[in-house]
Order: sequence, then structure tokens, then C-alpha cells
Amino acid sequence: MILLVPRQTASNGWQIATPVMAVLATMVTGGLLFAIMGYDPVAAIRTIFWDPLFGPAASYSRPQLLIKAAPLILIASGLAIGFRAGIWNIGAEGQYIIGALTGAAVALALYPLEAWWLFPLMVLAGLAGGWAWGMIPAMLRNWFGASEILVSLMLVYVAQRVAAWMAFGPMRNPEGMGFPGSRNLQQYPSAANPELIAGTGAHWGVVAAALAVLATWVLMSRHIRGFHIRAAGTAPRAARFAGVSPTTLVAFCLGLSGALAGAAGLFEVAGPAGQVTDKLGTGYGFTAIIVAFLGRLHPVGILLAGLLLALTYIGGELAQLTMSLPAATVQVFQGMLLFFLLGFDVLTRFRIRRRLRA
Amino acid sequence: MMIDPLSVFLLLISASTPILFAALGELVAERAGVLNLGVEGMMITGALAGFAAAYATGNPFLGFLVAALAGAVISMLFAGLTQLFLANQVASGLALTLFGLGLAAMFGKPFEGVKAPPMPTGPLRINWIVWLGLIMVPLIWAFLNRSRAGLILRGVGENHEAAHALGYNVRLTRTAAIAFGGAMAGVGGAYISIATVLQWTEGMTAGAGWIALAIVVFSKWTAPGVLAGAWLFGGVTVLQLRLQAAGVAVPVQLLSMAPYLATILVLVIISARQKYSRRAGGGSPGSLGTNFHALR
Amino acid sequence: MTDIAVFRAEGIGKSYPGVRANDDVSFSVRAGEIHALLGENGAGKSTLVKMIYGLVRPDDGQMWLAGSLHAPADPRAARAAGVAMVFQHFSLFDALTVAENIALGMESPPPRRELSARITKVSHDFGLPLNPARRIVTLSAGERQRVEIIRCLLQDPRLLIMDEPTSVLTPQEAELLFATLRKLAAGGTAILYISHKLDEIRAHCDRATILRHGKVVDSCDPRAHSARDLAAMMVGGQMRVIDRSGRQAGEVLLQVTALSQPAPNAEGTALKDVALTLRAGEILGIGGVAGNGQEELLAALSGEVRSAPGSVVLEGTDLSAQGPEPRRVAGLLTAPEDRLGHAAVPDFSLTENTLLTAGARKGLVRRGMIDHGAARDYALAVIQGFDVRTPGPHVPARALSGGNLQKFVIGREVMQDPRVLVVNQPTWGVDAGAAAAVRQSLLDLARQGAGVIVISQDLDELLELSDRFCALNEGRLSPPVPTEGLTLDRIGLMLGGAHGMEEARP
Repeated sequence: MILLVPRQTASNGWQIATPVMAVLATMVTGGLLFAIMGYDPVAAIRTIFWDPLFGPAASYSRPQLLIKAAPLILIASGLAIGFRAGIWNIGAEGQYIIGALTGAAVALALYPLEAWWLFPLMVLAGLAGGWAWGMIPAMLRNWFGASEILVSLMLVYVAQRVAAWMAFGPMRNPEGMGFPGSRNLQQYPSAANPELIAGTGAHWGVVAAALAVLATWVLMSRHIRGFHIRAAGTAPRAARFAGVSPTTLVAFCLGLSGALAGAAGLFEVAGPAGQVTDKLGTGYGFTAIIVAFLGRLHPVGILLAGLLLALTYIGGELAQLTMSLPAATVQVFQGMLLFFLLGFDVLTRFRIRRRLRA
Repeated sequence: MMIDPLSVFLLLISASTPILFAALGELVAERAGVLNLGVEGMMITGALAGFAAAYATGNPFLGFLVAALAGAVISMLFAGLTQLFLANQVASGLALTLFGLGLAAMFGKPFEGVKAPPMPTGPLRINWIVWLGLIMVPLIWAFLNRSRAGLILRGVGENHEAAHALGYNVRLTRTAAIAFGGAMAGVGGAYISIATVLQWTEGMTAGAGWIALAIVVFSKWTAPGVLAGAWLFGGVTVLQLRLQAAGVAVPVQLLSMAPYLATILVLVIISARQKYSRRAGGGSPGSLGTNFHALR
Repeated sequence: MTDIAVFRAEGIGKSYPGVRANDDVSFSVRAGEIHALLGENGAGKSTLVKMIYGLVRPDDGQMWLAGSLHAPADPRAARAAGVAMVFQHFSLFDALTVAENIALGMESPPPRRELSARITKVSHDFGLPLNPARRIVTLSAGERQRVEIIRCLLQDPRLLIMDEPTSVLTPQEAELLFATLRKLAAGGTAILYISHKLDEIRAHCDRATILRHGKVVDSCDPRAHSARDLAAMMVGGQMRVIDRSGRQAGEVLLQVTALSQPAPNAEGTALKDVALTLRAGEILGIGGVAGNGQEELLAALSGEVRSAPGSVVLEGTDLSAQGPEPRRVAGLLTAPEDRLGHAAVPDFSLTENTLLTAGARKGLVRRGMIDHGAARDYALAVIQGFDVRTPGPHVPARALSGGNLQKFVIGREVMQDPRVLVVNQPTWGVDAGAAAAVRQSLLDLARQGAGVIVISQDLDELLELSDRFCALNEGRLSPPVPTEGLTLDRIGLMLGGAHGMEEARP
């Protein structure tokens, strides 16, 4: 019989070890899964985790790492703050889409104006769009007590349909021969989010992600507001006693994570994606939830976890091309990763003892 | 537009069936104190497993049986995490949803583009699964309110410390409730693939699991309330489809938002009434969403 | 009284990681006797009764019930063997009805209607009226306890365990309870009565077994000993004497007028037109049975809940619209009842827990940025100043014993040199040594010219500390009376006598 004995403090060693264990367990289980499906497990794991960085086509895939990691890290940084406070924004995907739409709207409205301030304005619009979309569940929770989990999630489906409507309707490219989708912002110099250093994949979103990691680290470990957020997450009454207003906290966390997700959407639509289509949402908002947990809700952890999950995206695509693995493999991997992490997490909070039978 | 009230009603109860099943299952889980956000993942698992079984055997009912099993089996991942490893229920539920969606997408590829075997209709032009869903409402009500097992389940959900102190097995009760929730979600998902859409497409549950979660809140944690909520959403869906078919001058994409917006609206109204009403009771189970750990 | 031991324990031992909760405990309870199990918090009383009730299994030793070996695998087995228990906490289901709660506590309850009829009958026979259809949330603390007792009585137990039953009762309600227990004992039931209230044990119990640090230190007839003797046995040494000298009331510091608040939730209590005046150097005691508005009053004073303009005024400054932080800056500090989760964050270190309330007054936070070094120094100062037993300020709050954490929480506020300090249940669940230290620190604070409000359910504590006494009853605060010459009977009437006796019929 196994007995769980709670630890007085979460074990630091296990805090770091469990994500690593979760990744390894995912690789092993994933390999088994591939073997069952008739693929060579070793080749598949190598294709997903190794080849994107060091394989034969690495020069193409390596820049993709930053491109995919930036939105994940940007979104997860915001989400992690809310998760720490026990505020569950799981609708980042929707905020991402709306941020992309509002940011693109600025560019499309001003087209073909060329000005240095256009791109910064788009960033602001992206931030504002994501913020506003995140404030909907915040206000509904503060005013009426509606669950932010369900409302923010419902708003993902709404945002997806808004994006489809925009792509087919108001934002459709007038010179696009009737095809759905907006003008390509990459071909609009003032609005484009270009690769800043050739061959790295680094665009403004990467810069923003780096800043977000730094800023959230300062907030969570040095600022009293971060302290209040952490207190509210583990002991809400104590936080209230300290003087934290629960409603302000809800608005802050959902607004901030919404704004960061919105910015991520803008950087994507003005850069790698290039245009507004009905497929604006690619699941970054959901994957970022996994990034946040895998990174232990800690800025540095999120940085590493974001890079790792970006790797699985690229590796998954590669495996799809070279081994014709199903596209959903990545999703399964990501889900598995979160499962294993949550499972192994028991080791950080409890000591495992064997019960002695008397 | 010609509207035959009876056929609209039949469409409505058919459209509400997936959500009815999933929400009834989640109702039982939540009454036991478990918040399982993995409903969407369990539904899509059921949708694929049920469809695959129905397609392979040609028997839709066998499909539903397999869907129930598949839903229950995958829900055990959640049960293991939350009941054995005491992981956070919100995160574990999300993980189940993400994993289920991925798994179904991965194994669903071979089933794309094939057709489900026909569902035989039951009495009154209503198929048997819809009947089953309707019968489950009074059954679950009676289980919760009139049976000893239901009383214990509610006790566990209301105050797990007290239930433990009286000698009831909190973990076992909750695991059983989670499995039941998984089976019901599986059947609900399979209804979409086998009886409504008649084929398998990736992500076909399209948020139905989340709407089911909202309906449990709407129901104030009662079985008749779940039925009312499911019918309300069936109504919104049918109306929205009717308007689309009638070619109303509103973009299709905006019309198709209706169920989600309605969910938010209903959540807001119900939450506000709970927040501002002075009356005790009728709220969520006392231990909902919290894990139980007994030091022995 | 017969001489048959209904229950007997021989050499019972139980260890938890790092703690020997029970060590070689032997005692017996006879049929028809009310047997007290006496000990400080942490002496091992709870562990012992949990073993009798099948919640915990002993590591060593054996128990016998009515002549046969008693080793229940779970509470159901214990109930089947004839053990019934009334818990102090965690045993009722708020949203369920009285009848449902009782059904859950029985092995094979009769059908609903029959059960309701039996509840009504038994509750009448014992003079404890109960309506089986009511939900628990709507009941007072005393009525809730009746539900527990009726739940036990319906099972005709051989051994009835009562865990600190009077802590939630007014003195009148406690009298009623003892009358019931006498009736039961007369019918041959053995009663194991757990408490640390010496006076009631001396008045009502036939025998007492005294536990200290998990061991039986003595077994005696409590009526033959003075309260002071019993306390010495319990604590294992002399009690510290409290020094009340050297205080005099000065100018008015805190003025509360027409403070009314709706109930925060279904279980909460509304505050109704509360008024009080607190002077410098004075200790005002506020007594009351749990759930009569204590938490709500503290929240209204701490700033967690804002009130109407002019209702909370500190030295001429209206603070009623301010939150907790501005009130602390102004000098109004508070310490809530619940140490873990309200007054302190369980998972945070003591250093971090100083930031909860001392950020501004102690300069631990400047322009929003935390000075971790200063916070650590302040935590150390509190640890030293209040003799908090802990390896250091890096230890999380949850790792401290109740008494040590309470000393830390009170110390954290006292050392900020408040103008007014409001504390709720400052010594609840705290060992005698720590309780004396906490009380002394409140007296010292008042001596230095601060005003102190002590909200407590422990009437002895209030009589010992306060200069004036008010009773909080259903959200109303009585006018103050001087503590000197106040009797327990008078206080009991101020606290509202026995609640809910009018409810006789379903």
C-alpha cells in the first residue's frame, strides 16, 4: 500500500525534475504508441525532437523555433500570472484571434499609407483587442459571478466565427479575386512584422516575448502585486486581508493575459501568417496553457517550455512530411505531456511512503 | 417559412440530446464534488469510438455501447490524476480535453469520409437514444434524491471531510461518478457522429462539452434543470439553423455564434441570481473542485 | 452505577511522521458514567478518539468494547459495534436536510417518512426540538449540535464520544446538553467527554483521564480536585500569572457608530447597528457564541468590507471607505481568527507572511518593490520578540504549531505599534503556554497606550483580559458593562440564552 505524506514545502528538486521526467515519459509512451501504429518509434522520436534542430533540414526548420515559440511564450507568460492567482483564462485562443483582427484592422483601414508609426499603432490595437476580449469574462465574473473558465472558452468559438466573418466579409481583399482572406500584410512594408535578423526567425514578437518573460519575472518575484497574486492563488482570504481587491485582481489578470495574447495574435498576422483568414487560430492559445504548466508558471520555465513545445510543432510537421505521421500527433504529445506532468507533480507536493502493515 | 411545431420539437430534442447526456453525466460528477472540465475530450472520444464501432459492426447501438465504454475509460485518466495523485482538477480536466481532441484526431483519419449505419427510429418518430436520454432524467433525479447511494454521493460532494469522518469512501465514490460522467459524455459525443452528422470529422463536438458544463450551472445542479437547459440550447441551435436555411440577411458565421452567446447569457443570468439571492441552498456542491486527502 | 467497563483501552500507541501522538494509553469507561478525557491541544485526545471511532488505526495496543475486541476497520464498523461520536467540526452537510444528515450517519436508516417521525419523537423526548426537513445552513450552532446528538441517539450507542461539544454553546445551552447526557447515562450509555474546560468537567463528569504529550498522566475524580490542580496536571507545571496592572483609560481612539452590514452569504450574519467606543489603554472584550457576527465585525474593522460613511472613525479620521492597507497606515490593525488561510498564507514562509500586513508600517515595501532583506529581518524580530519556536523565518507558516503561529501572527501586528488592535479568538486552539504569552502581549500593548478589542468565545479569557464587556448576539452588540463583578449567568443571558428552543414541530 502506498501512502502520500504531504510535504511542508514543495520540493525544489522535484519542481525541476518532474517536467523533465514528464518529457521523457511522453517520449517513451509516444514511442510505444508509434510502434503500435506501425511506425519506427526511434525514428519518429528523433524526427520530432532532434531533427528540427540538428537534422539534415535544420537550416530551414531552426528559424521556425523562435517563430513558433514567441507566441507560446508571450501568451503563457500572461496566463501563468492568472493561474497563480486561481483565475483561469482558458480562452487565450480567442483573445489571440481578436488581437490579430484589431491589429490587422488598423493596417487594413489605413492601407496604403506608409508611416513609421503604423506598426506600433497596430501593436497597441492588438494589445487593446486582446485586452478587451479578456475583459469580457473578467467583468462578467466581477459583476455577476459568471465562471471565467466557461465564458472565456465560449468566447473562443465566438472569436473564431468573427474571424471567419471578417475573412469572408469586411476584411476580404478587394483585389483578391473573390478568395477569402485579407490583403497580405507582409507585402505592406509599414504594417509588416519582418524577420529582424536574417536566418533566425526573430521578429518583433520574439522581442516582445523576451520582454514579457523579464517583466513577469520582476512582477512575480520583486513586486508587491506579484506577491498579492501569489497569495490570492493559495489563500484568497489572506490576500483579501492584506488588502487585495478580488475584483481588481480578476480584471488585472484577465486583462493582462488577454492583452499579451492579443499582441501575440497581431505579431503572427502581420508576420508569419501574413493575412486574416478563417484559420487565424492555430491552437497557440491552448498550447500555451500546457507551456504555462510545464514551465511551472515561472517565467524562466515558461521560456524553456515554450521552446520545447515549439520544437514539437516543427518536429510534428517534419514527421508528417518525412514519415507521414498524422498531423494530430503533436496534439496527442502535448496532451500527454500535460498528463504526465500533472501526474508526476504528486512528487513535488507529497512524499511517497510505503505503508507498513501492522 | 413553414413551421410544423411537432417537427421543430423533434429537431429540438434531437439537437439537445448530445448536450443532455454529457450534462447529466457531469451533473452526477459535480454532485460528487468533482469538476471535470474534460467533458469535451470525453465527448470527442466517444464520438470517434462510437462511430468506428458502429461503422465496423453496422450496428449503431453497439456503437453507443462502445462510446460509453471509451468515455468511461478515458475519464479514468482524469480520475487517476485527481483522485490518486491529487492533481488540480481544472488543469487535469483541461489536459483531458486537449488529449482527447488530439487522440481522436489522430485515430480518426481512417474514418473520414465514410458513412454511419442508419439509426432505426423508435416510437413517435424519436430514436431510441433520444428516448434513453429522456428516461435518464427522472432516473438520475431519483438516484440523487431518493436512493441511499445518491445520498452518499451528495454527501461526498457537499462535505468530503464529513463524509470521510462518517466512514464513506470519498475516493471510490468520486471515481465511480467520474466514470459515469465519462460514459454519458461518450454517448453524447457518439450521438453527434452516429445520429446527427452521420460521419466523422475532426473536432466535430465543437464546444458541446463546454456548453454541457455551463448547463450544469444553469440547472442549479438538478436533473430537471439539465433537461430544461439542454432543450433551451437545442432550441437556439434549431432556430439558428432554420434562420440559416431561410437565408436571413445575417452572415452565417454570426448566426452560428448563437449557441455560444446564448451559453454566456444564460451563465450570466444564473450566476447573477445565485450571487444576489439571499436564499440558501440550490448552489453548487460544497466541496466542488477541491481534492480530498486523508492522512491515515 | 454499575462497575462494568463498557470500553477499555490497553497500551494504545500511534505515531505520525515526526510525532508520537499516543503512547501506551490505557483507560476504561464504565456503563452509565460520564468520563472526561482532558488535555491541552495537541495532547493526543483527537487521535485517541479517532482510533476508537475507526478513523485511524492504532500502531500498538488493543481496545475492547462490551467484552469483545474492538478493532474497527472504518467508522461504519465502529458504529455497528455501538460507538457513536459527536464531532467538533466537519461532520454535517450544510446543503442537506436534518433528516438526510441523520440518515447518512446511520447504517440502515428507515424509510424517509418513518425516519422523520423518529427524529421528531426522539428529539422531543430529550428536549432537543428539531425539524427534520430543515437544511443545516439555516440552523444555529447549538441546533447543529442537536442534529449530531440525535444522529447518535437513534443508534442506541453503547459508547458515546463527545468532542469539545460546548465550545459552540451558550452556558444555558451547555446546561441543556448536560441534562441530556445525564439522561443518557442513566439509561446505561457510557459517555466519553473530551474537553479542556475544567469547570464543566468538575461539575458534570464522574471520572477524568488526563493526557499530556500523548501519555496518560493521571486518572482521577475531577470533583475531588480544584481547577488549578487539574490545569497543573494537564499542562505539567505551574500556570503563568497574568499581569493586568498599570493601565488607565485615556482619550477615545476608535469610534464605531451605526455599523450595519448585510450578511456576506447564506451562512453569514448581518451586523445590525453596531456601536462601540474604545479608549487608549483599554481592552474591550466582545463575547458571543460562534457565528453571531464575530467574523463580520472583524472584516468591517479590518477594511475587508467597507461600511457606511462615518461608521468607523479612528482618532477623528473616517476610515469606513478605506481598505485594509490605508487602515493599517492609519494605525488600525487586526488579527483574524483563522490563522492558516486568513491571518497567514499557509504555503508562504514567515518572511513572506510579514509582507501580508507589515509592508507599509515597517517599510518592507517601497514604491511597490519588495525589500526581501527587511522582511526577513522583521520576521526574525517577531520570532525573537514573541518566542516563536521555529527553525527560522524561511519555514512556511503551515509548518508551525497552532500556538507558535498564533504568537507570530499576534507579534507581527503588535510589533507594528498599532493605535488600535482588534483580535478575534486570539488563543483558540492554542496551548496554555502560548495562550498566556499572547494574552500578556495584549495587556502590555494596552499598557503602552494602544486600544485593544478582543473578540472571543472563551468567556474566561474575556473576564481575565477586558475592562469592559459587550455581547455579540445575532449581529447585535450589547452596550458595554464593566467586567468586574460579572457572573457567567449574567453573561449567558447577554449572549441570548438558549437558541432555537421554540422550534418544536416539523
